[in-house]
Amino acid sequence: MLDLQIRQRLGAFTLDIAFTAKERGVTALFGRSGSGKTSVINAIAGLARPDEGHIRVGDTVFFDSARRINIPVEKRRIGYVFQDARLFPHMTVRSNLEYGLRRVPAVERRIAFGPVVELLGLGHLLDRRPRGLSGGEKQRVAFGRALLAQPRLLLMDEPMASLDSARKAEIMPYIERLRDEMNIPIVMVSHALDEVVRLATTMVLIAEGRVRASGPVGTVMGRLDLSAATGARDAGAVLDLTVEHHVPEDGLSVLAFDGGRLTVPQIDRAPGAAVRLHIHARDVIVALHPLTGVSLRNALAATVVEVAESGPSSADVRLAVGGSFLIARITRAAVRELGLAHGREVVALVKGIAFEPDSSGAASDRSGRVVDV
Amino acid sequence: MDILTPMETTALLLSLRVAGVAIALGLPAAVLTAWVLGRYSFPGKTLLDGLVHLPLVLPPVVTGYILLVTMGTKGVVGGWLYQTFGIKLIFTAEGASLAVAVTSFPLMVRAIRLSVEAIDGGLEAAARTLGAGPVDRFFTILLPLMAPGLLSGAIVAFAAAMGEFGAVITFVSNIPGKTQTLPLAIYAATQEPGGDAVAARLAAISFAVALLALMLSEFLANRVRRLIGQL
Repeated sequence: MLDLQIRQRLGAFTLDIAFTAKERGVTALFGRSGSGKTSVINAIAGLARPDEGHIRVGDTVFFDSARRINIPVEKRRIGYVFQDARLFPHMTVRSNLEYGLRRVPAVERRIAFGPVVELLGLGHLLDRRPRGLSGGEKQRVAFGRALLAQPRLLLMDEPMASLDSARKAEIMPYIERLRDEMNIPIVMVSHALDEVVRLATTMVLIAEGRVRASGPVGTVMGRLDLSAATGARDAGAVLDLTVEHHVPEDGLSVLAFDGGRLTVPQIDRAPGAAVRLHIHARDVIVALHPLTGVSLRNALAATVVEVAESGPSSADVRLAVGGSFLIARITRAAVRELGLAHGREVVALVKGIAFEPDSSGAASDRSGRVVDV
Repeated sequence: MDILTPMETTALLLSLRVAGVAIALGLPAAVLTAWVLGRYSFPGKTLLDGLVHLPLVLPPVVTGYILLVTMGTKGVVGGWLYQTFGIKLIFTAEGASLAVAVTSFPLMVRAIRLSVEAIDGGLEAAARTLGAGPVDRFFTILLPLMAPGLLSGAIVAFAAAMGEFGAVITFVSNIPGKTQTLPLAIYAATQEPGGDAVAARLAAISFAVALLALMLSEFLANRVRRLIGQL
């Protein structure tokens, strides 16, 4: 587990960050460019030295200004995947992969060469030089090289920022496999909401060098006061559901969560599998009573938690649905006329849940666990 | 029938040896200097940079004179070497090596520094995260990647060392078989009546060696670049 609290002057502003990350899963540091995200993981890696604070991973202290501890980068055993891969050009893919591995005593090696090569699909690249690889291939080699260094923690700095959307779709499933099959906590820097929604378990929202919010992705995404920071156009909540059953004759799948059920076009996932939906606020309709005679199939009993203005004529309504949250973007006039306020029982109607078929999200449906709306 | 006369062979072999020793001894220092100048900022960097380049702008005769004063058996350093170890540099082939090492040093440093500066510092940061300490990084990342610059720098410096005249003649004089390298032999030949033919042959040898060195430099640098994945 990662425990971090640092302060560092960075030119115009001061980075002042504190958060913890769990033993497993992906913690996404999300924020705009220049918000200080990369400085945070550079501090964790030891490539930058904070002015004060502490950084601990498990029971190892990497940095503690009060106790004058600052372990050098090469002794921290942190896997770092850089935005630009940074493969060693004079070595083959195999030598790149083995670079970190060979610097770890044999008895301490838990992650073996073969399984990593298989996990990342690198077998056919081993004798090639980095120069001839595609961007996605380079990044996969970088993942493998970092993993094989037997890291306590894996850091990723915008690992997909330099890739086009097709390459990105190719890489995402591999990160999901790292997350699900390797017992290593991952801290990922990103400014792309789709990456965070799809990959992260925990989200740390950073703005102007400070933590604006942190917690499970669904909780952070369900907060109304953060939509400006997460991007107003993408405003919407995240639901974690499981596949309950399929209705093949209608081509539908039924997904369940603690707030009820959602019916979606059939997805290629076994019953019991976890699925994550990003439900945009503009796709949620609020009604005072259950509707009859409409084509909308997804209606959930909900309670209004909070109403906030989100534009000249619009308002965002935060709805509790079981233990999860939805956000509905409706007009302020509708809020007034329906008398929506905290505690009001309503029905949330979700329109147009469409799983992207084998287009850009193709790879996700094959091996990923997250599907976008 | 031999192509070269004994005198020519002696001068050529001596030149090769003097230049070879100079480059072999100067190269590690040049790599270190180039690395420090190319990678770090520190007070006095400009001064060090200037000192390294000084032999390039000073008249070689002045370089030779400075060596004569400091490294001669009565000089500060030379005297100490002679008293302590019995090493005499003045009027010896070793002294000639020292003279050409000094004059060719800046050439090596410049070529190597360029290739150090061309290496992406991010690669070293990546190596650090993978557990490589400074010495480890130097040998596994920096040295292989600076190899093309190192090689071409060494060969060009070697060719220049073969041709150094002023510093050598001032410091170790012009003694056939001991300190008389090719350019000194050419000079000596032109001073003698009827020595033109001898001088012309020696000049042709110099020309061939220089051309060969440059071609070899180009060829090897390309080979190395291919080897380290830059081509």
